[in-house]
Amino acid sequence: MAGKDDEYERKQSRDISRRRFLKGAGLTALSMANLSEAQAAKEASAAIRGPGATAVTLRVNNAVHNLQVEPCETLAETLRTQLGMTGTKVSCDRGTCSACTVWLDGATMCACMTLTVDVQDRAVTTIEGLAQDGKLHPVQEAFIEKDATMCGFCTPGMVMSCAALLARNSSPTLDDVREATCGNFCRCGTYPKVFAATLAAAGKGVK
Amino acid sequence: MKRFEWVDAKSAQEAVKLTDSSAADLMGGKNTSAGSVIKAGGIDLLDLLKERVLPATRLVNVRTIASLHKVSVDGESGDVTIGPLMTLSELAQHKTIQERYTALSDAAAHIATPNIRNAATIGGNLLQRPRCWYFRSSEFNCLKKGGNTCPAIHGENKYHAVFDNEICPIAHPSTTAVALVALGASLELTSKQGVREVVLEEFFVGPDKDVLRENVLSSGELISAIRLPNKSCKSAHIKMGEKDSFDWSTGDCAVAIQVKDITISSASIILGAAAPTPWRAKQAEDFLVGKTMSESTAHEAAKLALAKAKPLSQNEYKVAMLEVAIKRALLKTSGLNR
Repeated sequence: MAGKDDEYERKQSRDISRRRFLKGAGLTALSMANLSEAQAAKEASAAIRGPGATAVTLRVNNAVHNLQVEPCETLAETLRTQLGMTGTKVSCDRGTCSACTVWLDGATMCACMTLTVDVQDRAVTTIEGLAQDGKLHPVQEAFIEKDATMCGFCTPGMVMSCAALLARNSSPTLDDVREATCGNFCRCGTYPKVFAATLAAAGKGVK
Repeated sequence: MKRFEWVDAKSAQEAVKLTDSSAADLMGGKNTSAGSVIKAGGIDLLDLLKERVLPATRLVNVRTIASLHKVSVDGESGDVTIGPLMTLSELAQHKTIQERYTALSDAAAHIATPNIRNAATIGGNLLQRPRCWYFRSSEFNCLKKGGNTCPAIHGENKYHAVFDNEICPIAHPSTTAVALVALGASLELTSKQGVREVVLEEFFVGPDKDVLRENVLSSGELISAIRLPNKSCKSAHIKMGEKDSFDWSTGDCAVAIQVKDITISSASIILGAAAPTPWRAKQAEDFLVGKTMSESTAHEAAKLALAKAKPLSQNEYKVAMLEVAIKRALLKTSGLNR
């Protein structure tokens, strides 16, 4: 196996940064003040960061997190390992299956093909952020009603793609839903129910 | 992925100062002391880094340079300049591009998945490395990575080239490049030495020129603009693939046609996934000039375009596929498609 050593080295440093994160988790500020700090840092002259951990400010589901990440860490890794948001699934890890779909400023992207240092001031929305005030998103409710899951591994990514479609088009056609989910692989083959659920959610007047 | 350094460049000039290499340099084993490469959308780059075939030590991020992320129309000439950071979904939805350069918006709209199109840029799409599975695997030290043999020529070559396939039969991967060549695009390239313009068709080079690279981009050079001439023509891009949902091209074609009254006055026919570079079907182009478009004219042009194809052991199907792509693209530009 190529590169076992640097994999090990990375794991070591990630463990350290995870520990550092846990220690500092209590200090994670939920104020917008940190964003202007990040803005100021961004405007400073080009600075070389890494390859070790570097400070980033991440806005996920409207909460601000100050984290230490290596430049080679993907957003999927950060969400799952540093923030404990394991709803975002990693399947192919190459941008092929869309299981890791999140929104960056409302646009669907693969978290596995996004480096955390490159998120910068874009707002991240994950599957954990779809429910509002303890109430599931209409697409989530429709997935339950229409029984649109089998093993469930593709479901978070599928829901993120369908909810993004309804956010930009409140009355989609079946073709629109097909197009919006054309990158989401479901090896159980739940597609017909996913389409039905999304159209049903749209029928309820989703914004 | 191996660890690397990260820099956010604030301008094209700053980016080229911080960059000393390119994916082709590093993967070809040349210039081993260097290691910094430019990153735009990062999609192909991350793929190569994850597969451990690109030994980059620093990524110079240009994604946030706003001046490289816009489409502008020259008030006098009407020529269009596309910033290299325009994402594929932005181009697919851009009104001016849809109306005047349909082949480009067609091509951009059918690349990969919605998620990838939201992140991938047009500049990165033009510079993506070929999809050859031997080239992309760390297990094979093929010609393109500085090795001595090409495993594809007598190996698994189902997705490889049917033209210019004697040395390294990679299939050109960028469908937007195929559309842009048909539309007569050129590139503005920025390096530490300054700025130069290159016609896109001459930008791409075959394995006989240099097997380690697919274009004439120098180390640390950046595509800073893509220019399209204001030429009144009808264009279309048709892509064939194995899956309907999304897939790599197994054969695609862009055509740009000018018609006077009902007679074709000029025709540009470019094939993708057919050769190591976007492949011009010169004989078919010459045949069409002076003709009136019909189903049989399109059919004959398509046959002529593939007449000199030399398929490998597993890719003969591509000849028929490319013929269909050409025919459909020609009929689409003339409104004769069913």
